[in-house]
Parts: sequence; C-alpha cells; structure tokens
Amino acid sequence: MTPSSTPDSHDCAETPLAHVVEVRVLLAVFAALIALTAVTVAVSYFDFGPFNLIVAVSVATIKAALVALWFMHLRYDSGLHAVVFLIGVAFLGLFLVIAMLDSIQYNPNVQTWEQRK
Amino acid sequence: MTEPHPPGAHSNDDGHRSAHVAHHFDSPKQQYDAAKLGMWIFLMTEVLFFGGLFCAYAVFRANHPEIFVDGHHFLDKPLGAANTVVLIFSSLTIALAVRAAQLGRRRELVGLLGITLLCGLAFLGVKAVEYKHKWDHQMVPGQARIAHWFSRETAPEPRKEFRPDETYVREHLAAEGFEKLSQAEYAKRAEHLGTFMGVYFSLTALHALHVIAGLGVISWILVGAIRGRFGSRYFTPVDLVGLYWHLVDMIWIFLFPLLYLIH
Repeated sequence: MTPSSTPDSHDCAETPLAHVVEVRVLLAVFAALIALTAVTVAVSYFDFGPFNLIVAVSVATIKAALVALWFMHLRYDSGLHAVVFLIGVAFLGLFLVIAMLDSIQYNPNVQTWEQRK
Repeated sequence: MTEPHPPGAHSNDDGHRSAHVAHHFDSPKQQYDAAKLGMWIFLMTEVLFFGGLFCAYAVFRANHPEIFVDGHHFLDKPLGAANTVVLIFSSLTIALAVRAAQLGRRRELVGLLGITLLCGLAFLGVKAVEYKHKWDHQMVPGQARIAHWFSRETAPEPRKEFRPDETYVREHLAAEGFEKLSQAEYAKRAEHLGTFMGVYFSLTALHALHVIAGLGVISWILVGAIRGRFGSRYFTPVDLVGLYWHLVDMIWIFLFPLLYLIH
C-alpha cells in the first residue's frame, strides 16, 4: 500500500471496517494451494512407510493455514479471531490424543477377544 | 429536523450515523467486529463438530490400518482431486467477492458469487456421481435397509450386514491379493470394508450438508448483492458467508488426502 494512493484508485483500499486484500495476494495464495494439492497427490504414489500419514497431514495443514491467514483474513485481523480458532483446534487435538491413548491402551484386549470369537 | 444524539451513540467516520448500525452498537466498526467474532466462535464449534468424526477416523485407522488400505481403492483419486481444485477455486472466487463487496463493485460481486455458487454445485454433482457408483455396487453401509425403507414394501426387514458386490470388490482389490482369498477370508475382509465406507460416508455426507448450507447462504447474499445491499460501509454478511465457505473448503483439504490418498 502506497501513501500516494488516491481515493479513486481502489486497488489498495482500506474500508473503515477492514483491510482489503490485494488481488495479486489472493491469486498467489490460490496458486500455492493448487501447487500443494499437486504435491499431495504426487507423494501419494510413493511409499514413505509410517511417514505417509505425516506427510499428507502436514501438507493439508499448510494448505489450511494459507486459507486461514489470507483467504479468511486472519493475518490482517485482530489476534482474538486467531486465538478463538486455535482454541478450537487445540481442544480437537486434546480430544484426539486422549481418545487415541485410550484406544491404543485397550487394543490388545480387543485383539484377544476377536481371536477367541 | 435536528435530533440530539443520545449519549453513547457516536457518529461514524463520516460524521453521521449509518443506517446499518443497530441501536445497541456504538459504531459500524464495533458492530462489524462483534459479528465477526461471533462467526469465528461458530467456526470453532464447527471444527469440534467435525472433530468427532475425525476422531472416529483416527481410532479406526490406528487399530485397523489394513481396512483403510483396502477401502481407499474404491475411491476415485482423479474425481477427488478435481473436486479439491473446484473447491479451492470457489474459495478464491468468494475471497475476491468479499473484496468486491468492500470496494462497492456490485457487478463484480454478483458475478463472483455466481461463479462460487456454480463451483459448489459442480462439487455436489461430482459427489453425487461418486455416491451413485458406490450404491450401484452395494458399497453403502445399511444399503439394503435404506432401499427397503424407500420401497415401502411389506416384506420382512432385510439383512443388516454389509455385503458389497463380490466381483467388483475382488476386481478392485486384486493389488491387495484378494484373488487368492478363500470364501471365508474374503467374507471377513469384505465385511470390514463397511467400516471404511461408514467413515467415508459420514465424513463426506456431513461435509456435503455443509456445502448445501453454504450454497443456501451464498444464494441469500447473491440476492442481496443484486439488490445493491452491500458496499464499503456494509459488507458483513458477505464477509461472514465467505468465512464459512472457506471453513468448508478447509475441511475438504483434510478429507481429500485422509480418505482418497491412503497408501
């Protein structure tokens, strides 16, 4: 944004309410998202053993971060919105971890029961 | 006629009270911020809403990875990838639509919302093709009972088990050694596919419901845009619907690799 921008040149405008994201930024984010989709499809043809899931989820997380930061304006917003959203994500993480701990703990019992069936 | 401002009713930047500001807000800025914070809290609950199903996915996959390896052969990677691109593109168009609303460009806003709507419909169309394909090969959990319910026949309730089309399953799972399986071994593994299909259908159907709801609210702001309701002073509905649509896109970004791209 340049200080010389006139009210007529709307391309780098600020409304009184919120930041207006420039078109080239949105297009760059879109290009990155498509490129990362290509990456995630391409890597699915290779076997990284136990890292398959980690690679897939990492690429998806980067894509989600791009969407949240630029498309959803989090980068320009009050930090409160990011905090609210991340609290949700943190509780989801807590939920997943505790559920998995329980599930892994009892899996041997389930296996034994299934074999006896 | 001059009316004294009641205490607390501040004027906005332009020196007069905007018609869009409800009486319990001090300024357009405060009203906009409150609406946006509310939307983010709603989006947080949406993350947790989908979280339950993601948790089911995690538990089933951790305990029975082989079911997921078998199951993913029945999902069409190119169709899933195409839908991902369509949804990401629609996210771009609605982000541009929010921009157009902020700048008061009505024609541009209407056009971009129209494109977003078409992308959402295309996504659902591809999803319908995929679902139809599963239905045709008895790959939908509880299918016999669903069909029975819709046929309104008085025949006894059909079986509950998941029993997909055998030739179709053996053909698709040749790579996983299904050709050599005995009848008993086959029956067991084919039945377990129902777990994968259950996870697949509940996650994608809940997502599809969100896409349908998204199309509803996009249509609503499209009508508003055609009537010229939005401009640089008032674009809150466009902004909030945009946030919702991006969240729907974000969830699909996770669903696509987790369901279609399993190795």
